[in-house]
Amino acid sequence: MDFILAALDYLLGIPVLGWGMQVGFVYKALLLLVSLLVFTAFILLAERKIWAAVQMRRGPNVVGPFGLLQSFADLIKFALKEPIIPGGADKILFLLAPLLTATLALTGWVVVPLEPGLAIADINLGILYLLAISSLGVYGVIIGGWASNSKYPFLGSLRAAAQMVSYEVSIGLVIITVLLCVGSLNLSDIVTAQQEMGLANMIGLPQLTFLNWFWLPLFPMFVIFYISALAETNRPPFDFAEGESELVAGFMTEYSATPYMLFMLGEYISILLMCAMITILFLGGWTSPIDLLPFIWIPGVVWFVVKLSLVFFMFAMAKTIVPRYRYDQLMRIGWKLFLPLSFGMVIIVAFVLQLTGCGWHGGMA
Amino acid sequence: MTLPLFFFYLFAIIAVGSAFMVISAKNPVHAVLFLILTFFNASGLFMLAGAEFLALILIVVYVGAVAVLFLFVVMMLDVDFASLRQGFLQHAPIGVVVGIIFLLELLMVAGSFVVSPEVTSAAVLPMDGVDNIRAIGQVLYTRYVFLFQSAAAVLLVAMIGAIVLTLRHKSNVKRQDPIKQVGRRPSETLEVVKVKSGQGL
Repeated sequence: MDFILAALDYLLGIPVLGWGMQVGFVYKALLLLVSLLVFTAFILLAERKIWAAVQMRRGPNVVGPFGLLQSFADLIKFALKEPIIPGGADKILFLLAPLLTATLALTGWVVVPLEPGLAIADINLGILYLLAISSLGVYGVIIGGWASNSKYPFLGSLRAAAQMVSYEVSIGLVIITVLLCVGSLNLSDIVTAQQEMGLANMIGLPQLTFLNWFWLPLFPMFVIFYISALAETNRPPFDFAEGESELVAGFMTEYSATPYMLFMLGEYISILLMCAMITILFLGGWTSPIDLLPFIWIPGVVWFVVKLSLVFFMFAMAKTIVPRYRYDQLMRIGWKLFLPLSFGMVIIVAFVLQLTGCGWHGGMA
Repeated sequence: MTLPLFFFYLFAIIAVGSAFMVISAKNPVHAVLFLILTFFNASGLFMLAGAEFLALILIVVYVGAVAVLFLFVVMMLDVDFASLRQGFLQHAPIGVVVGIIFLLELLMVAGSFVVSPEVTSAAVLPMDGVDNIRAIGQVLYTRYVFLFQSAAAVLLVAMIGAIVLTLRHKSNVKRQDPIKQVGRRPSETLEVVKVKSGQGL
């Protein structure tokens, strides 16, 4: 019985063991889940509006004022339609794949610190955890493509597997360069390091916090990470897993109704996770860009969401502007361009840090 | 019974169960997926033991990369399991012998704690206030740096070997040079010719 009581205390915040009041784990997780899903709904709408604006259309504008409720209408539509499972499909895996995609994408958000102390689990190896979770995202795609028992989904999932595995390598190396500068794998530490050292502090203008962030000293890595994040999340111009001109809809061809929605949801939440990673690694997380009065009144969560939305805007613009790559070209820039470039940067950054004695050393100086 | 113990049994039971399913599953793809589940639960056990870095590296390397390639290969192979099972009884004795040796060795490793209790104290590194990854780094890059480097060299040789085995230069294959393609200028490749109607070139 003891462990049930401990679980009650830990999960629901019922202090049966007298461990003092704490907000239950479940409530925090539910709050994060709901706010994330609502945010995703509006970010989907925002993306469609952005494409529409670029193509000189109006975009969704019928459901609710300015089409604000479009995503919720879509949700109801997806949920009420009949899910169709193909005859030759592996039923369990076919339904498991979208669940896996959505769950894994949501799991990653557990460690993201929206503000100092405002993460569900502020674990020591936060960034490694994020890397691990994002490397698992490929399974939903592979399993979905294989379980459909159809040619186009299978080809799509093979492409996705190769693509995601290759770009993980450069993402990992980019993360290593940031970690060399920070000296800690904790996500909060990474943000704190960007507050406490950097160019603005060096030139004696500590108010200009945005010069402190890692996007400036590690600009090539910032660009590589952005492009790799596009490839890792199967976003255009690298959306070969679902390239409709070649593979109908890739691994999602046989999916309909709720399973399809779960795939889309998982995809967008992992895109947001990538945006959050860029925000934390290169754009200073929750810190305000200028350390002066009107700006520091705004809470850190707002800054985090603003930066995240800005990165997402860049993702959406890439989708509208850039035409789709060719598959072999994607593999070429992944292995022949980004990998040596990021390897070189790891060596250069390590040398510079060692010779100049810069770096945050995990806050231990 | 505390919460970690409960999770230990949860992870352990799923790990053993899915490891059993790896060898008993009829479909090879299912077998690989159960293998992935086993890796996952093993990393959960590492996490409970306090080796969080190992746990996450297990997921990144084995689940995120190695098992994907397993799955990749197994999905593409057209394995006929009926023919594979034909020689089962023939090979069973060898399998049993290898299995028994493996089991005995595992028991000996686990039993070393009983035979010589001082092993237990050596297993725990006396490093207070140093987190996992820092502790690994301090040992790996100082005491074991030569072993680490030679392991890296072995991997490099394996990688180059794999490339050498598969790389084939065919003379009749047209290869693209993107730098050349991007560097093309209209003046080098295009010629504007004014043709009078009805005359041809």
